[in-house]
Amino acid sequence: MSHSQHTEPKRSHEPIFWGLFGAGGMLTAFLTPVMVLVTGILVPLGLMSPEALSYERIHDFATTWYGAAVLFVLIALPLWHTLHRIYHGLHDIGIHRGRDIQQVVSYGFAFAVSVFVFTLLLQMF
Amino acid sequence: MAETLIDIDILRYRPEEDDAPHLQTYQIPFDDEMSILEALQYIKDELDSTVSFRWSCRMAICGSCGMMVNGEPKLGCKVFLRDYFPNKITLEPLANFPIERDLVVVMDDFIEKLESIKPYIIPAQEKSIDDGEYIQTPEQMAKYKQFSMCINCGLCYAACPQYALNKEFTGPAALSLLARYNRDSRDAGGAERMKIVNAEEGVWGCTFVGYCSKVCPKGVDPAAAIQLFKVESAKDYLIAMFKPD
Amino acid sequence: MSKRKPYERELPTDWWLKHAFYTKYMIREGSSILITLYSLILAWGVFRLSQGPEAWQAWLDCLTHPLSILLHLAVLVLALYHTITWFSLAPKAADLWIKGKKLEDKPIVIGHYVALAITTIVALIIVAAY
Repeated sequence: MSHSQHTEPKRSHEPIFWGLFGAGGMLTAFLTPVMVLVTGILVPLGLMSPEALSYERIHDFATTWYGAAVLFVLIALPLWHTLHRIYHGLHDIGIHRGRDIQQVVSYGFAFAVSVFVFTLLLQMF
Repeated sequence: MAETLIDIDILRYRPEEDDAPHLQTYQIPFDDEMSILEALQYIKDELDSTVSFRWSCRMAICGSCGMMVNGEPKLGCKVFLRDYFPNKITLEPLANFPIERDLVVVMDDFIEKLESIKPYIIPAQEKSIDDGEYIQTPEQMAKYKQFSMCINCGLCYAACPQYALNKEFTGPAALSLLARYNRDSRDAGGAERMKIVNAEEGVWGCTFVGYCSKVCPKGVDPAAAIQLFKVESAKDYLIAMFKPD
Repeated sequence: MSKRKPYERELPTDWWLKHAFYTKYMIREGSSILITLYSLILAWGVFRLSQGPEAWQAWLDCLTHPLSILLHLAVLVLALYHTITWFSLAPKAADLWIKGKKLEDKPIVIGHYVALAITTIVALIIVAAY
């Protein structure tokens, strides 16, 4: 029953992931609702002109350095937030085996999609 | 006129005869002013002297009578029959602790965790009594006072699913107590205690469920203590990256 | 001989369904699944953008499908739930003291909602300014 407190506690690397989780969570809280509203509801339903998301407009934006940076952050950063929650959620629902692999897959997924988006934006330049 | 009655289910467990806990129902006269703890005392005095439970002060300061009341961690002395009447009340020992007997739980792990965070002032330099007292302004005291109100009742551990999932987690009360000392202007043990905070079993075992702060009978906010420590620990991590010791 | 035999209770896997507080926590955490899906839809959009106007148009057309609208409505609801919970917990991470008194939770939470209103309006103005 007793848990040894004599061993020196080991520093966790969680701050890196928590930092990204926090930044992504902040971004998601402030901007995801309006993003979903525009791309998923207003424009598709014609409540906002399709001009807002026209190819020329978005392409022009995506091929400026600041436009590419904005798109990259808006798309990739929330993933570091959500995959962090999913990783911890797996533990919550009782999947305790292979935590290391779960961690690699969770953050690896966020990393892979980030690289995917980054590469696309880079090659459009 | 017939007396008004109320049903109380108690999760019984007597190690010498039971292999597993089971519910037993008691019926007692309903009284508007009766606390759950008084109801238990009534049951023990009048109906069944074998029922075991912990209690002492009857006024929410000793922290002995923590138990699950209809699935929520409460102090038996701080909730009343009228809060639940006419519904049945179910009393169980505090969740996430091993059951010793009936409503009595084993708190060894909890006590060890409280001790592990060095819950005492570690001064920068030892002073003798002749050197006089450690001076502290009301503003300096305000920084930690909230976290010093803990009565070690364990309700927050019963509320914490992360503690339930991993008993190595230092947990809400111990981390609040750690905050109480690290935020004290007279204390210089911050760096030592941050090692506990920085660990996986320290603040990083928390996913901010937040129920600990909700159930605390003394208004301590363990979730806030932990959240602030996460910020501190992240800073500490960055500093250590550039300045390894 | 000791008669002690402490009984350990198992945590049921569905512990988060046993109390509304835990269920709300799980919805908060679970919101991340649909928000992940939304990020993937956007990432796919960047991919289609890189393939030229027709591919981009095809991506936009997909978004008009009724199932897509329903999905995005669900994402919106959960994203807003994330926003609400994020703001309500924000004061816990703030340790702001003014004249020896800790800043109350309420102004911090209200500040967040004001900032949300501003960012949303500014974002809508930018998007609509074609």
